[in-house]
Amino acid sequence: MTLEKTPKLRRGFRFQWEPVQQSHVLLYPEGMVKLNGSAGAILAEVDGVRPVHEIIRTLEQQFPDAGPLAADVEAFLAEAVQHQWIELS
Amino acid sequence: MTAPAGQVGPPLWLLAELTYRCPLQCPYCSNPLDYASQEHELNTEQWLDVLRQGRAMGAAQLGFSGGEPLVRQDLPELIAGARELGYYTNLITSGLGLTEGKVQAFAEAGLDHIQVSFQASDPELNNAVAGSRKAFEQKLAMARAVKAAGYPMVLNFVIHRHNIHQMNDILALCENLDADYVELATCQYYGWAFKNREGLMPSKAQLVQAEQEVNGYRDDLRNRGRPMKVIFVTPDYYEERPKACMNGWGNLFLTVAPDGTALPCHSARLLPIDFPNVQSQSLNDIWYHSPGFNHYRGDSWMPEPCRSCDEKDKDFGGCRCQAYLLTGNADNADPVCSKSPHHDRILAARTAADHATAGLDDLIYRNARNSKLLYRG
Repeated sequence: MTLEKTPKLRRGFRFQWEPVQQSHVLLYPEGMVKLNGSAGAILAEVDGVRPVHEIIRTLEQQFPDAGPLAADVEAFLAEAVQHQWIELS
Repeated sequence: MTAPAGQVGPPLWLLAELTYRCPLQCPYCSNPLDYASQEHELNTEQWLDVLRQGRAMGAAQLGFSGGEPLVRQDLPELIAGARELGYYTNLITSGLGLTEGKVQAFAEAGLDHIQVSFQASDPELNNAVAGSRKAFEQKLAMARAVKAAGYPMVLNFVIHRHNIHQMNDILALCENLDADYVELATCQYYGWAFKNREGLMPSKAQLVQAEQEVNGYRDDLRNRGRPMKVIFVTPDYYEERPKACMNGWGNLFLTVAPDGTALPCHSARLLPIDFPNVQSQSLNDIWYHSPGFNHYRGDSWMPEPCRSCDEKDKDFGGCRCQAYLLTGNADNADPVCSKSPHHDRILAARTAADHATAGLDDLIYRNARNSKLLYRG
């Protein structure tokens, strides 16, 4: 994955916090994915504006005890592309 | 009958059947056979109240369906209300009654997704099944308008013995319309489709051929790098184990019928169970405490062979409506299961499908006249 690329939710996908489920979810036509903590934290930074390397830097600042996050973030974003949740431009 | 607190999760999906009115007459309609005698509909404020209650309980996915939901003049208001509450809003429509202006207005109200249903890939068959002469052309125009307005494009085709040979044509049409998702949903035999089962159910040979075509088309899409998702729902009548219907009774799905009757699925109204109405009880009471919703929760209600079956946590004994329609007792194992003592009824339906000769003219079309005829006596 190119760190310079910018991830964006695909059209029709919505990311939001669900208080009853106490988690972030991804909503799309007739579907919903309940996201775990790290997936939720990563997608919360996907705004269609900032490239992957900036997202990684932001998350590393948010979670200073987690160590380097590039590999995890890239792996999750690759998976999200595979699921057709996001697209990279 | 109250379920122990903490064991029942929230109703994450809410289906609002706004009306049973519809300009089409599809012979596989999932509405009740006696829909014509149930004319009462909740008003706008009552629907908004249902939506507020559902959202507070955790519902996130909301479907507006019917009938044809577009006949409700207050649809834009309901969409706007739902979107404001935080729902992901799906409109499930035939496309009849839709205009480019409405597509735009719904987008402005915050509608997330419009699913347009088709009956076939060509106008003659489509219009014959729909019982409407202008349906196909209108559907094409509206599918294009939906796409142009930037919605994700989901096209739905109900598949039966009269259009199951059209898989390649249907998928080519979807690609031509630039669909993002295609649902090829084989008829489920409830409501009008159960009444017409012999005239609708494909033969095993037809099904095998269709699956091959769909898989071939999927490979082709992948090779061409085209991200159109194709979902093919095969008929459970050709399975040996039942489907985990609705992911479990009263587990995720809550349907509210036009008159406010709350149901664990849109077919459950046919069961001999008293279901509560949102006009006399809160949605919370209905979901967690009503006898109707607790009736088939858990597994203590199960007779054999389900009771001692090691797969009961996987499929919950299948579908209660199917058990009722095929055996006369909704407690029984879904006869789709080869362990069911009533599995012969499924086998008989398969044999009938191999020899069926009924044409489209022999089907009973879903309209007010037929509904009243069926329920006069």
